[in-house]
Amino acid sequence: MSHIASPQLDRELKKGSAELLILSLVEARARHGYEISKLIESRSGGTLKFNVASLYPLLYRLERRGWIQGRWVEKAGQRRRRYYKLTAEGKRVLAAQRSTWREFVEAVKRITEAENA
Amino acid sequence: MPEWKTEIAKHLARLGLTPTREAEIVEELSQHLDDRYEELLSAGATAERAYRAALDELTESELLTKELRHVERRADAGRVVLGEGGRGNVIADLWQDLRYGFRMLRNQPGFAAVALLTLALGVGANTAIFRLIDAVRLRALPVAHPEQLAEVRIADMTGARGFFASWHPALTNPVWEQVRDRQQAFSGVFAWGAEDFNLGTGSEVHRARGLWVSGDFFDVLGVRPEVGRVFHAPDDRRGCAAAGAVLSHQFWQREFGGDPSVVGRTLSVDDHAVEIVGVTPAGFYGPEVGRSFDVAVPVCSAALLRDDGRLDSGTSWWLIVMGRLRPGWTAEQATAHLGSISQGVFETTLSPKYPAENVSNYLGFKLAAYPAASGISQVRETYESPLWMLLGVAGLVLLIACANLANLMLARASAREREIAVRLALGASRSRIVRQLLAESLLLSAAGSILGAILAGFLGEFLVSFLSTKEDQLFVDLSANWSVLGFTAGMAILTCVLFGLTPALRATRVAPGAAMKASGRGMTAGRERFSLRRALVVAQVALSLVLVVGALLFSRSLAKLLSADVGFRQEGILIAQIDSSRLNLPKENRLTFKRGLLERIRAIPGVASAASANIIPLSGNGWGNSVWMDGADAAGKKPMNFIRVSGDYFKTMGTPLVAGRDFEEHDAPSSPKVVVVNEEFARQMGGGANPVGKSLWVEQSISDPETRYEIVGLVRSTKYNTVREDFQPVVYFPLTQAPRLGQVDQVLVSSNAPLAELTAGVKRAVAEASPQSTTDFRVLREQIQNSLMSDRLMATLSGFFGLLALVLACVGLYGITSYGVAGRTNELGIRMALGAQPWDVRRMILRETFALVGVGVCIGLPAAFFATRLVSTLLFGLTPADPVSIGLAALMMLGVALVAGYVPARRASRVDPMVALRHE
Repeated sequence: MSHIASPQLDRELKKGSAELLILSLVEARARHGYEISKLIESRSGGTLKFNVASLYPLLYRLERRGWIQGRWVEKAGQRRRRYYKLTAEGKRVLAAQRSTWREFVEAVKRITEAENA
Repeated sequence: MPEWKTEIAKHLARLGLTPTREAEIVEELSQHLDDRYEELLSAGATAERAYRAALDELTESELLTKELRHVERRADAGRVVLGEGGRGNVIADLWQDLRYGFRMLRNQPGFAAVALLTLALGVGANTAIFRLIDAVRLRALPVAHPEQLAEVRIADMTGARGFFASWHPALTNPVWEQVRDRQQAFSGVFAWGAEDFNLGTGSEVHRARGLWVSGDFFDVLGVRPEVGRVFHAPDDRRGCAAAGAVLSHQFWQREFGGDPSVVGRTLSVDDHAVEIVGVTPAGFYGPEVGRSFDVAVPVCSAALLRDDGRLDSGTSWWLIVMGRLRPGWTAEQATAHLGSISQGVFETTLSPKYPAENVSNYLGFKLAAYPAASGISQVRETYESPLWMLLGVAGLVLLIACANLANLMLARASAREREIAVRLALGASRSRIVRQLLAESLLLSAAGSILGAILAGFLGEFLVSFLSTKEDQLFVDLSANWSVLGFTAGMAILTCVLFGLTPALRATRVAPGAAMKASGRGMTAGRERFSLRRALVVAQVALSLVLVVGALLFSRSLAKLLSADVGFRQEGILIAQIDSSRLNLPKENRLTFKRGLLERIRAIPGVASAASANIIPLSGNGWGNSVWMDGADAAGKKPMNFIRVSGDYFKTMGTPLVAGRDFEEHDAPSSPKVVVVNEEFARQMGGGANPVGKSLWVEQSISDPETRYEIVGLVRSTKYNTVREDFQPVVYFPLTQAPRLGQVDQVLVSSNAPLAELTAGVKRAVAEASPQSTTDFRVLREQIQNSLMSDRLMATLSGFFGLLALVLACVGLYGITSYGVAGRTNELGIRMALGAQPWDVRRMILRETFALVGVGVCIGLPAAFFATRLVSTLLFGLTPADPVSIGLAALMMLGVALVAGYVPARRASRVDPMVALRHE
């Protein structure tokens, strides 16, 4: 995706997929905001980046919807951090989004590959 | 590590988050930025670059603020932030205070309802009365530049003789014509006369309020027609015949449904067909405040519509004259100018019939100009001082209501003492909390004033309908205007300050530590605060006493007026006004006709007696001249009241004959002239000796020469002009010897038959005598009662206010007593545990209530004594220091004490000692 040139398309794709990405990342275990942003960056090979200004409003929105839940956790010798974990509601949403996304990617792939063939 | 918090907080500031939420976000984001900064450092960036890069991510195109705005809910604006005194703007704080105040009031609906009701009643009463005063006194006439208007009248009318057709000093038509032609002080002058017209065509009378207007009337006032046209100077010329009629907007709407095609139609005015030429606009009701008009006709048409020759009469005073001052002229300059033309005017217009005695008076009359921006008004003259007085009374009621509210607010403030103390301790400034408490008062007073203004609308209508009678419709423009609005707003602010400020200042004066430590015990009855509340209740009682004394005085005065001995019977007398002018009977046949008419009426079943009279006593009409006894010096003559009556008058009116005889059939025009006089006449003219057999002289008048009459009878004294006056000297003349007989009769019918039956009978009798005659009915008792309208107004309204004051005082006393009891539950428990009987406790509580009322009464009595002296002129048969009224009022206050004190006292006596001792 690194060759996508249009910034609008980039932003729209990012917006559309961001919720799915975050929900996926906190599915297995609770993570704090910085960790989430690092994971997105590293796993996308640097293609997708969230900084402080774009990530947290998203987290708060998901939390407000009741899909994830944030909790302050204090660990010995560390400052307290806010960890987000997936709620039951979030799990259902994630499953639904995953299948929608998969169908969408399949559809896009079928169209674009047919044209190329 | 760099400091991010300030930077983050800056981005969040505009979101209006709650402090907790804001702190949370700042913490989380600054951690993120710390992590990011360290990451950049470890990747080899300098501290400066790392800081810049992290900061750029935070501030990138304001993304954070924009996105968070969608996500984060704003902090609840109503939440009170403890200690937050210095930050934020006043408007936002005020809004917050008002919302908080609204919630506090909503939580105490009982308190809010009582407060709103008292305020609404207080403000409503004040506003309603002020609106009436504004309408009749303060407001200028609704015409262009009313300040330029001035009235022209004779400065001193002593010695004016003739027929006076207006309640207001007026001029004759010849004088008006001279003024119109000679004056230089006004850019335009006009005249008008008010008189009822009969618009009916059959035997039914259809009365309409009429105006005779001069040609320039509408032009000088600047009134443009709404439909058709109005009169101009050429319409009002001598010999104009039926020059048309202009209708008022109200009459046009009422009688013609606002039909524009009404112009050109004819109207029957006093049996003459008159063409309707136009309609005046809605806002114009004529030059007299309180009396609107229906139909206006030119002065010149009086020659056709009236056969009394008034246009040329130098003794018929019926026209009121006004003018618009020339630019730069003052009323004083106009007066000087009018004074200079007066001699010419009165020399030219002197009537040859003018009594020789008064010719020098007439020639010496001086015309003068008086500012008349607000027109003339009989309502104003009659009701102005009662209305101002009532405004004062209503003001006192509002004061009592404010004292009541202040007391309630103080009680609430004590209940919230700890809340306030906590907030003070947490750093809230005193002014901030005072503002908060005032916001509640502001809410109450604003809402109360709005309710009051609505109430005032109804009260105003009620007052106007109260003051209107069937014959005399009061017309007052009560539409709201700026002065009324300003008055109501002023009331709102005043009440707010009166009942809100002191409690607010008091409540915040407490030392936080003391209030925090204090539990229910002891502190609630803080002596100082409680004594302020007692003082307020005492003031309430004192003010209420003043109002109650006033109310009792006015009620008793009215009762005395209604039952006053006027010297004749008031009940069961019907007045039938029978107009036979359509018959155009020759003068010589009129007496026979009148006799026949009376005989027919007397023959109606149920009629005890009937008689005619040209003047009905206490009707407001009068007739008189100077009289002296035959043989006495003519210089000793005195003005006397006259009535011309038919036989049976004294029987009908129930006025007993004391000596001599009543008029009889043989008192014919050709026989010696006779009169009957009353005892007051005998007292004034002959030291009380029986005057029967003696003779008296009546001075020359406009119509009759000096004449000698023999006194043939003496009757009991009666009143003549008003119920308030003492018995008046009256000379009665027989109808049978009248030098001239008119065609309108006033017949007094004494009967116990039901009114409807009686009027139907009289109508039938009149129709039998002459089908063309018209009949109009009034009831003597009602007419007399209507003459006491301003007394009824004072008695009713002051009674209402007195009652309101009593109720308010009762509520105030009850409040303070039950509050006192609640605060002393502990103490009462101990007393009971130590053996006090319920009766002892009751007596103790009641004693305190009575003590408060006693002090209030002691202060109120001298105040009442002083205040009621101001109204002594309005009282009848009572002195302001009427012991019955004062004693009754004091008793009522004690009754209030008993009512207000008994319930809390009983509650106190039922306190269970065990519960009370545990009570905190």
